[in-house]
Amino acid sequence: MSVHIARNLDDALEDLSGRADATILAGGTDLLVEINFGRQRPSHIIPIDRVEELKDLSRNGHVRMGALITYTRMLENDVGSPALVEAARTIGSPQIRNVATIGGNLGTCSPAGDTLPVLAALEATVVLKSKRGERRVAFADFMTGPKKSVRRPDEVIVAAEWDDAGVAQTYMFAATRNAMAISISGLALVIDRARRRVGVGLGSCGPTIIRASEAERFATGLLDEAGWEKPHRPSDAAAKKFGELAAAAAKPIDDVRGTVAYRRHVLAVMGTRALARVAAIP
Amino acid sequence: MSTALPRTKVRGGVGESVERPDGVPKVKGEFQYGSDLRREGMLFGATLRSPHPHARILSIDVAAAKKMSGVKSVITSAELPTRDLFGLMKLDQPVLATGRVRYVGEPVAIVAAETAEEARLATRAIAVRYELLAPITDPVASLQPDAASLHQKGNVIEDVLVEHGDPDATAEVVVAGEYELGMQDQAALGPEAGLAIPRQDGGVELHIATQWLHEDLRQIAPCLGLPESKVHLVLAGVGGAFGAREDVTLQIHTCLLALATRRPVRMTYGREESFYGHVHRHPAKLWYMHGAKKNGDLVFVRATVVLDGGAYASSSPAVVANAACFGAGPYRVPNARIHAVGAYTNNPPTGAMRGFGAVQSCFAYEAQMDKLAVALGIDPVVLRERNALRNGDRIITSQPVEGSAPVADIVRRCADIAMPDGDIPSDPISLPGGLGNLTRGEGVRRGVGFAAGLKNVCYSHGFDDFSTARVRLSRDTRGPIVHVHTAAAEVGQGIVSVCAQIARTELGVERVEVDRPDTTIGSAGSSSASRQTWMTGGAVLAACREVKAELLARARKAGRSPDDLTALLDEPIDRTVTHRHRDTEPRDPNTQNQGHVAFLFAAHRAVVDVDVDTGLVKVVQVATAQDVGKAINPVAVVGQIEGGIAQGLGLAVMEEVQLRDGHVRNASFTDYLLPTTLDMPPVVAVLIEHPHPDAPYGAKGVGEPPTISSTPAIVAAIRAATGRELNRVPVSPDDIVFGAPYRSGWRIAPGDDPRRAVRA
Amino acid sequence: MRIKLTVNGEEREAEAADHESLLTVLRESLGLPGSKNACEQGECGSCSVLMDGDLVCACLVLGAAAAGRSVETVESFSDGETLHPVQRAFVDAGAVQCGFCTPGLVVATYALLKRNPEPSDKEVREALSGNICRCTGYGKILEAVERASAAMYRR
Ligand SMILES: Cc1cc2nc3c(=O)[nH]c(=O)nc-3n(C[C@H](O)[C@H](O)[C@H](O)COP(=O)(O)OP(=O)(O)OC[C@H]3O[C@@H](n4cnc5c(N)ncnc54)[C@H](O)[C@@H]3O)c2cc1C
Ligand code: FES
Ligand code: FES
Repeated sequence: MSVHIARNLDDALEDLSGRADATILAGGTDLLVEINFGRQRPSHIIPIDRVEELKDLSRNGHVRMGALITYTRMLENDVGSPALVEAARTIGSPQIRNVATIGGNLGTCSPAGDTLPVLAALEATVVLKSKRGERRVAFADFMTGPKKSVRRPDEVIVAAEWDDAGVAQTYMFAATRNAMAISISGLALVIDRARRRVGVGLGSCGPTIIRASEAERFATGLLDEAGWEKPHRPSDAAAKKFGELAAAAAKPIDDVRGTVAYRRHVLAVMGTRALARVAAIP
Repeated sequence: MSTALPRTKVRGGVGESVERPDGVPKVKGEFQYGSDLRREGMLFGATLRSPHPHARILSIDVAAAKKMSGVKSVITSAELPTRDLFGLMKLDQPVLATGRVRYVGEPVAIVAAETAEEARLATRAIAVRYELLAPITDPVASLQPDAASLHQKGNVIEDVLVEHGDPDATAEVVVAGEYELGMQDQAALGPEAGLAIPRQDGGVELHIATQWLHEDLRQIAPCLGLPESKVHLVLAGVGGAFGAREDVTLQIHTCLLALATRRPVRMTYGREESFYGHVHRHPAKLWYMHGAKKNGDLVFVRATVVLDGGAYASSSPAVVANAACFGAGPYRVPNARIHAVGAYTNNPPTGAMRGFGAVQSCFAYEAQMDKLAVALGIDPVVLRERNALRNGDRIITSQPVEGSAPVADIVRRCADIAMPDGDIPSDPISLPGGLGNLTRGEGVRRGVGFAAGLKNVCYSHGFDDFSTARVRLSRDTRGPIVHVHTAAAEVGQGIVSVCAQIARTELGVERVEVDRPDTTIGSAGSSSASRQTWMTGGAVLAACREVKAELLARARKAGRSPDDLTALLDEPIDRTVTHRHRDTEPRDPNTQNQGHVAFLFAAHRAVVDVDVDTGLVKVVQVATAQDVGKAINPVAVVGQIEGGIAQGLGLAVMEEVQLRDGHVRNASFTDYLLPTTLDMPPVVAVLIEHPHPDAPYGAKGVGEPPTISSTPAIVAAIRAATGRELNRVPVSPDDIVFGAPYRSGWRIAPGDDPRRAVRA
Repeated sequence: MRIKLTVNGEEREAEAADHESLLTVLRESLGLPGSKNACEQGECGSCSVLMDGDLVCACLVLGAAAAGRSVETVESFSDGETLHPVQRAFVDAGAVQCGFCTPGLVVATYALLKRNPEPSDKEVREALSGNICRCTGYGKILEAVERASAAMYRR
């Protein structure tokens, strides 16, 4: 095993291009667990935590979040997505959030990754770069399975980008512990009033993050009727229906954290509450 | 033993909240835990464990492992110096699996190498061929006549029947229920660790984080093929224990590797291995029936309790006995039949954990008391007060409760503690789901629950339970100083402070040093069963009094005041005393005897907020009243209470070693959830001091009661908020949301022999 | 691999096997066992240290990748016999039982108070939720934080 600390992005890309066995290390909060438990012994590691190009955050109607933005930075700055901030707050502890990055969440691509349902609901784009050039992949196409993505071995995730969708959004998740918990299921809802678009992303309830498109269509219909410009109080029945549609999109399994039945149930509850909460935000 | 306090002039005596002698090194990071130990030339040990719950070992090939870089020794069952088995109460466990593995995680081979990584890689290079056998993972199935035998003498580890009064009595009002507790892990933060150093004389010195040095010694020496005189144990810093360090884990392995390589060897388990390496709390299935008069007086309790002992016995016999003896709770119950059986299975072995058998039955009998309260239309607190044991009343083993039995007082004082602010908060972080941001009050209902419990202190049923203390009063240039030496394991509970406080109070000397525990002095018994204050505290007190007597004699002889220490201490005064509690009777067929030394009582009231839509829980407050006899170090007593409640809370709502077909599914802190700061509520504790005449200054143990009735109180509160039956812990969100009660799949009349259970 | 880094204000050189965490390097190579290893997966906070001023779990930092960083461990807190106010507060409040969680909590408390000198109960609970204590039930730990805050910032 060898370690090469990347000085800048080109250095990282250069090192990556030469070898198929290289593993990128960002905050290390996923990778080190694998190494400590002896589940992975990468033959070559490229720490990228000093690559300044990946720490930029720009926001001007369009958000570009560098891959090395940590959850702590998301909590301390206005990152252009309240749901992402809520997701960041649920992740780990201060110790974890100080180093763990959005790039790492994308790199691991776990269905339990808490930023991922938000990125799905925001219809974010993942920006990947290799020596061969840059490519942009819609998040929906990025994740292909549990811990599987279309990232090629020589590519660095450089950023996530999305159109600023306003403040009508939320992220919530269910877990048996009140802090430091991996979600049993999570749900992100974005109501982009300007673009008249609703996004719903579901986490920990299928092999990938799931877009609940029926629920999205239903909510779009509600807002078409009520008017996109102003806060809206959906009826209890409508909110419930939305929740049910969201839950119906899930493809959950039983595992050590939760059951199929509970996951479906709690997604419906989250959907109901999320719509009531978010539709009321101007 | 006198409960009166001598008048003291020194600071830091009995009754004061004192600073721990090990506090400063601990906050500085200088305190040496087992895992911090190092020696020049030290090797690292690693263990290869069984991946199967039940299998025959066909062959073990260590050739490749032996050739690997850095590897100094590979030991399998074939290389062991003796065929001796070990075990706390039954010698049933091989040092390394011999011919057969009985649980996932059973040690099969051990390796010593120059680095930890090399040792780990070498264990992976050992090739073991197994022939898989069908595992038995349901303890009730294991007890049935058709079950395959897991051990030579069959699958019953222990069978305890308590029959009291008319066990078949009938009553006007009857309630029944089936209950289950999942497997809890002690999850002491410091993983198992030890350092073995070979000695010139062919013996070995083991520095070990344990709860009982001498019991380790008794088990280790024969397995090494050495006399006890050649095995010397020294206590290393202990990072919490809670029962998990009562059993031998890596002790024998580390010594074997050190003896084989003639070099110091350190073994340290990582967290995952720790889950496989130590015993857990017994999972339990319980069937209960309570009968009462319409006025609320209890008439009978009948229960069948099946404890899953896992692959090896450990302390199961005593845990089973506790579950039975305390199976009716702190109440006057004239008639009872409790049949408790511990079964071998192919699950991980279970043994001691804080509360030790009393936890399991308390969860069930307190749920029953609430059911009874509903059936009778009586307030649950009033029902408990009405039936509370009073001084002189007999528990269901016929043993009268003597000395101190303020149960009604405890129940009332706990119920009278001020309730928390009645408003349900609106910030998600203070609500169920916490940082998950699930609710701002939607779906949240508040519930209040109440429970009380009892347990014994010290060892029971004729066990020769004693502790030895040496107290040496001398003088140096700075004046008089006391050295206290015992083998009592400081595991965090604060016995070091207690020993120092007693010495200060008795001898009037402020400078007290508590020496490192080792096996050069007699046994102190285990740091368990809430017994060290009673036993080692008692031994230190007795030794101090002998020292004091000698001091007075010298003063008389010299015609000086006994306070004139400088003049009287030309020769140090040195006394070693072995202290025993009063005899207890061994068990008889119906367990009607004076089997226990004394009893501990506590009551808990829990207030919870439950999000009934998501099934998540936030405990808002736990109030408790506990009879501590005498609080020797009040801050530490409260610390024990709060810490014990946190573990009870864990069992109530989140902690479970999840098993499937004998495999542990969550051997990590990612999925074995421990309560965090956002899960643990404020605790309001009332200490009740009813001195027990047999205990030092009347101080009863305090460690276990907080864990016993906190769990049922929290679950009762969740029931109150949700109306769900919740007959299993930990309560899962599914249980709250869907409300389907747990069913064991077995039918059995409470009180019957579980060997006669039929499949439902 | 040999790495150079600053530890507790001193330039140090250490041998770090490529897979080893900063925690292992501190404990096994640099003779600083104060930071504890209780889970090696970021779940308990026992290994908390400051890296370039940020609170991190040393078990999740690759040793080799810590080259050039500045690390402060619990061993740097006291000034000889004089305890840091946070350490003093933990002793005085009775927040130490087995003490295995304590070094991590001392560092985490320091990091919290540096950022937020007088945190509310809720803020303390959130900030320390990554530090598991199995012994105390946290009551005395919360009290220690309060005492430390008072000693350091309120006079
Ligand atoms: C105690 C604890 C609690 C946690 N809680 C949560 C939680 O609640 N929710 C949650 O979602 N996650 C949680 N995690 C997981 C983890 O913190 C997150 O997934 C985090 O975002 C990973 O980021 P990192 O920078 O630490 O990734 P690293 O561990 O450095 O990398 C993770 C993976 O991504 C790859 N990678 C990283 N950066 C890039 C890049 N720029 N380009 C290409 N590949 C890259 C790496 O090669 C590696 O395979 C937790 C982890 C721990 C230890
Ligand atoms: S050891 Fe690092 S967080 Fe537990
Ligand atoms: S004091 Fe033991 S873990 Fe905190």
